[in-house]
Amino acid sequence: MDNLLSIVTFIPAVAALILALFLRGDDEAAKRNAKWVALLATSITFLVSLFILSGFDASDTGFQMVEERPWLMGLTYKMGVDGISILFVMLTTFMMPLTIAASWSVDTRVKEYMIAFLLLETLMLGVFMALDLVLFYLFFEAGLIPMFLIIGIWGGANRIYASFKFFLYTFLGSVLMLVAMVAMYAQADSTDIPTLMNHSFDFTTFSILGVQVVGGLQTLLFLAFFASFAVKMPMWPVHTWLPDAHVQAPTAGSVVLAAILLKMGGYGFLRFSLPMFPVGADVLTPLVLWMSVIAIVYTSLVAMVQEDMKKLIAYSSVAHMGYVTMGIFAANQQGVDGAIFQMISHGFISGALFLCVGVIYDRMHTREIDAYGGLVNRMPAYALIFMFFTMANVGLPGTSGFVGEFLTLMGIFKVNTWVAVVATSGVIFSAAYALWLYRRVVMGDLIKESLKTIGDMTSREKAIFAPLVFMTILLGVYPSLVTDIIGPSVEAFVHNYETALHDAGSAAATAQSH
Amino acid sequence: MQADLNTILPEILIALYAMLALVAAVYTGKDKLAAPITYLTAAVFLGMSAYIGLNGSDATAAFGGMFQDDAFARFAKVMILVSAAAVLVMGMGYLESRNMMKFEYPILVALSVVGMMFMVSAGDLMALYMGLELQSLALYVIAAMRRDSVRSTEAGLKYFVLGALSSGLLLYGASLVYGYAGTTLFSGIIAAAGEGLAPIGLLFGLVFVMAGLAFKVSAVPFHMWTPDVYEGSPTPVTAFFATAPKVAAMALFARVLHDAFGGVSADWSQVLALLSMLSMFLGAIAAIGQTNIKRLMAYSSIAHMGYALIGVAAGTALGVEAMLTYMAIYVTMNIGTFAFILSMERDGLPVTDISALNLYSKAEPGKALALLVLLFSLAGVPPMLGFFAKLGVWRAGVDAGLYWLVVASAVASAIGAFYYLRIVYYMYFGEEDAGSTLDKSRSPVLWIMLMGSAALMLIGVISLFGIDSAAAQAAAALVN
Repeated sequence: MDNLLSIVTFIPAVAALILALFLRGDDEAAKRNAKWVALLATSITFLVSLFILSGFDASDTGFQMVEERPWLMGLTYKMGVDGISILFVMLTTFMMPLTIAASWSVDTRVKEYMIAFLLLETLMLGVFMALDLVLFYLFFEAGLIPMFLIIGIWGGANRIYASFKFFLYTFLGSVLMLVAMVAMYAQADSTDIPTLMNHSFDFTTFSILGVQVVGGLQTLLFLAFFASFAVKMPMWPVHTWLPDAHVQAPTAGSVVLAAILLKMGGYGFLRFSLPMFPVGADVLTPLVLWMSVIAIVYTSLVAMVQEDMKKLIAYSSVAHMGYVTMGIFAANQQGVDGAIFQMISHGFISGALFLCVGVIYDRMHTREIDAYGGLVNRMPAYALIFMFFTMANVGLPGTSGFVGEFLTLMGIFKVNTWVAVVATSGVIFSAAYALWLYRRVVMGDLIKESLKTIGDMTSREKAIFAPLVFMTILLGVYPSLVTDIIGPSVEAFVHNYETALHDAGSAAATAQSH
Repeated sequence: MQADLNTILPEILIALYAMLALVAAVYTGKDKLAAPITYLTAAVFLGMSAYIGLNGSDATAAFGGMFQDDAFARFAKVMILVSAAAVLVMGMGYLESRNMMKFEYPILVALSVVGMMFMVSAGDLMALYMGLELQSLALYVIAAMRRDSVRSTEAGLKYFVLGALSSGLLLYGASLVYGYAGTTLFSGIIAAAGEGLAPIGLLFGLVFVMAGLAFKVSAVPFHMWTPDVYEGSPTPVTAFFATAPKVAAMALFARVLHDAFGGVSADWSQVLALLSMLSMFLGAIAAIGQTNIKRLMAYSSIAHMGYALIGVAAGTALGVEAMLTYMAIYVTMNIGTFAFILSMERDGLPVTDISALNLYSKAEPGKALALLVLLFSLAGVPPMLGFFAKLGVWRAGVDAGLYWLVVASAVASAIGAFYYLRIVYYMYFGEEDAGSTLDKSRSPVLWIMLMGSAALMLIGVISLFGIDSAAAQAAAALVN
């Protein structure tokens, strides 16, 4: 099959189309059908995507299973995966059936809900597979529409504000990236991503309005992409949309947001920022590193004082994404390996944590931490699973959370010891807020009147958590499952980055000696 | 002479048709004939657009260069004719149910279309002015078509007074150009202007001509008439204003600047860039406070003209191509959006307040989805075609070195996204208790236009149906 990637990408979209065109009525049967169609489609997507994984050759660092055909306005439709993107594809296809299963209790506008999620899956998969700038942007940006609707229609009380903030924040970042893409097109006369990765953009220093721009065009392009990816990631100080979006989104929306959408920022750094603008990246590395560290420490402290469980986990996501950017910009094997590992593992763990909140939210319809306490008495299974993912979030050895944090810290230690020292303190803070949350919600006596009749997890809920628990432990004790796949590609990535910087350095030296 | 007449055959035929229809209607059934005449006019438009689109592939000049028939003119004419036909058919139901179906309406539209066809083919300042006035006079009348409505007469009067002012500016500019170039023919002016920078007298003339034209495309700061005229005119007329005349004026803009002042593009490029930036920002910011969907669409059209002007300001073939593609996509989106606005009724009365759309997606999910697609397309969000329209003009802008303009337009488009989202907000999020839903529309024509235009916005991503290559040909014919 030479168009396997397109098939995987568009299965959910086809299912969405079928739902839109053929499912009629608003009765119980229609709702049930919509859920089953969505679950079936996402499961099939996952199963078919296993062919991608099995057909993938990890030792080949180029793009594999490439599809290419002409498109409108002289652009090309080009898809492909390499060691960096394939695991994000797998993460997406793996998480989506769980997400759908977690939305079984949705009762309003079920058909539209499922259509939105199915379209979102197609768009997310497209982001990770696109090998043409405009195609990438198309998928990247179009994903805003279903997410905007998901937050706005099925969200909480303050959903309007959150959805507008989410959309406009990310849209502004992205249009700047689009301008940079257009400029790249003009410079390199191509929108082909592999070609652009080999194209050396101009980095001679020039000045705009009297301000010296070190790294020249590369720095400007880097900043434009940074505007988009930093918002998407999200990095401090442009993270403020995330807690709002998370709190207001329905549970499944939060899961997708935390597990997959946030990873697009990190993926973008790996696919565009570093390989295409090495000099610009190098110039701004200290800034990015310190922004990451501030994110780790500051948002961990903010997380500690939250009243709302989802907000707390959202801030913890920002902190964990801080490790990711730190690892990526350490730009060595351990750092980048760790960053990708952290993103994959965070996909499972944060997704699971939001699902944990969803479990009790479905029962009590509140996310206030104060409304709970002593759940262990009536919900032992829940207490166990929540504890497991709390520990994984903290980074307990044996869970996947540990490997990612450890590798990124190791990577950064080689580059900048001070950054590493401050970042390590974040590990302690994360233990503090996560354990404190757990204590307030689960431990203690069950004294709240409203909780006296709360029931433990149903078998459907347990079934959703089982694969997540499995993956978290598996990656925790056997991390080379991931690093074997990404390793060669990351090695090539780091090598290319260093070579590009070296070449640029010698070019600059020659220019100076003349 | 024979060859000259052959070249302008479509214009002659439509003008003859308009006069015959006028005489026939006056002496026979009058307004009872309004509906058949409307259909006939639309059919004539479509027939002529097929004739123009399929016929002729070379450039010919008629009447000593006063009239140019080239790929650029043909592209614009097909756009004008098809969109005018669509808008005529679309507005019928609305006009009939309000007893506004006058037989003069389609005939005036036909006359204004003849004017537009002359505009895009103009090869001489006189031809340009005649075409422009023929178009404008017909438009002034139909803006005030609803004689018993204060709003509508006010709209017509405002449009007329300000339009006359702009015509005055344009004529003054034209006389200056004539005075300094010694000819009104574009081919003579371009020779007189030379390369590089134009002589100061010509430059003065150029600026006045541009001010007049900027008024017609409603670019800031010559935009003040747009919201009032859009709001006051009957909705079918507004839909017409938002489509064909915009194409004609934009094409005329490109035509004059490239044919008559192509050598001195540095002079006009910066003026246009400024007009474009102001339009984009004013359109984006002023629309935020609007509650009337017709006013909102007026500001939206101001902003969109700003984006299209980036293509003209680039001053290259790529820019003209991008502008033409932009206009084609913009007109298609607008036809769909106005088809929806025409169908907005409560108890048989037209509603233009956007809060009337509260939770519309529950009442009519299909139409709400189509409007959602159109709105995101207008905002320039992929994967809808509106995104590719913006991409095209940005590419042309960057290619011409207008980086600051492209960055500014990126910011403006993010601001502008807000008010399109606000309509989506009413339709999909809404407030449960304040549920005032609209009548179910039964008009199949409007439904087809809305759905068709929304479907095109999505299908266009797979293939543009040759519009991109036709636009490239048209641009190559204009810029050389």
